[in-house]
Amino acid sequence: MNHMWNDSSTPDTTVGTVYDAQRVRADFPIFSRTVRGKPLVYLDSAASTQKPQAMIDATSRFYAEDYSNVHRGVHFLSQRATDLYEDARSEVRRFLNAERDEEIVFVRGATEAINLVAQTYGRSQLGAGDEVIISAIEHHANIVPWQMICQEMGATLRVIPINDHGELQLDAFEDMLNERTKIVAVVHVSNALGTVNPVREIIATAHRHGVPVLVDGAQSVQHLPVDVRDLDCDFFTFSGHKIYGPTGIGVLYGKKALLDAMPPYQGGGDMILSVSFERTVYNETPFKFEAGTPDIAGVIGLAAALRYFRSFDIAAIAAHEQLLLSSATARLQEIDALRVIGTAKEKASVISFTLCAVHPHDIGTILDQHGIAVRAGHHCAQPVMRHFGIPATARASFGMYNTMEDVDALVHGIHSVLEVFT
Amino acid sequence: MDEIRDLYQQVILDHNKNPHNFHKMDDADSALEGFNPLCGDHYTFYVKFDGETIADVSFEGSGCAISKASASIMSTALKGRTRAEAERLFELFTSIVTGKIDVVEHVAELGKLAAFAGVAEFPVRVKCATLPWHTLHGALQGGATRVSTE
Repeated sequence: MNHMWNDSSTPDTTVGTVYDAQRVRADFPIFSRTVRGKPLVYLDSAASTQKPQAMIDATSRFYAEDYSNVHRGVHFLSQRATDLYEDARSEVRRFLNAERDEEIVFVRGATEAINLVAQTYGRSQLGAGDEVIISAIEHHANIVPWQMICQEMGATLRVIPINDHGELQLDAFEDMLNERTKIVAVVHVSNALGTVNPVREIIATAHRHGVPVLVDGAQSVQHLPVDVRDLDCDFFTFSGHKIYGPTGIGVLYGKKALLDAMPPYQGGGDMILSVSFERTVYNETPFKFEAGTPDIAGVIGLAAALRYFRSFDIAAIAAHEQLLLSSATARLQEIDALRVIGTAKEKASVISFTLCAVHPHDIGTILDQHGIAVRAGHHCAQPVMRHFGIPATARASFGMYNTMEDVDALVHGIHSVLEVFT
Repeated sequence: MDEIRDLYQQVILDHNKNPHNFHKMDDADSALEGFNPLCGDHYTFYVKFDGETIADVSFEGSGCAISKASASIMSTALKGRTRAEAERLFELFTSIVTGKIDVVEHVAELGKLAAFAGVAEFPVRVKCATLPWHTLHGALQGGATRVSTE
């Protein structure tokens, strides 16, 4: 790890690229408020990230100056809104380095993206006795949609096991692939443990067996550079609100040939070319998956958030977050009563932990009194909790705006939790 | 941090650490699960009746300090009470932790249960304190075998 970041407000000019988290914080208005009389220490970015002014402004400017419905309108504002909406699609395409704009489908979030693939690709490809492979560290969003469609089609859901560090056992994965396997759906970065899965290797292995792969990137795009063509994934999903964008908007990327061959998702306006009571001709990709008036402002806000995010060197953001992760991990592990859950070699800036005899809910309440926001619970990953034999964890997660002062506050806060409970 | 001390009073911390009546009851008349799907708190409560009187209460399971201490103190408070008295305490306890009535006027009646008055300042923790009571309430009413906070 090289020192190309800087936490202080006086950038270190002796090194190459400088990443100054203090200056980044100034772009996020939420940090000008206090919580319970204390400065906000926001360590819950894995649940949802805070919003930069650029995104907030782009959304309100659209409503104030450019608003209309998209597509089909002949009037000025409708064309303006349509241009902004389709420009946003290009922005997402550039962000993921997809080949074509048509490969970007706007949905409500990663959850809907996975449901879309399960209900269209899954429904058209799966038959009795077929198999879908997921992993043991999936979020419920990449378990339940597959469970539902497998149950309906008489297919079987198979699960790649993990070791006690929270890493996938890839040998077992290769053995699970066979001629009945119709799709592999794996998380890129685990929300509960922070594990970064070797998705490139998983994709290459699955492709050797002719099986397409969906990568759930809800926790990865905000932490590491993603290039869908380089990964060669067949589907990729992410949520806007976890990458400094609005809630209620997300993205499904799919290779065009796959999307073209898939039946539509929901029926309605915008997804058709012509409708009669006898027969409907569906619109082309991606529009056949975007029935009804979309979340236009959400799409425009997402593009603004991605532009903001891409104005930084993503590798520098990643390096900064890795510094916070390694420092926080080392300092938390000095606390005897504390156990870090998820100790994979490759991790994003997420730390799940338990404190001996103190329930995560109690940790969360006490930290909150210090203005520190962490998440306590099963993180929508109950099978992960079961693997480690615990009902829940407390989770601190870092974003592009966190600093070493936040790590200090967390460590101090945990000591005060222990004071209450001893 | 005064609010934290109000919430985590010593009696609550003690019962969390060493819960009373924390065991399975093989000859219970009623066994009911209490479950908070949001945080994973999960208990089973056992009740034995002697006519209209609650002869014995016990519980097992896991959860946060507030829910576990609440279950423990509730179990000691209800032993020997009639169903009607238990219902009255349920109403009173629920009103106290939701801040609807002032604890000061009911200290004698509440005994150790008064320690939960501080929960009223923490709205998201009210469900933790009331989970055991809602479950017991279900057992007194009969019917359900599982009570969920959601």
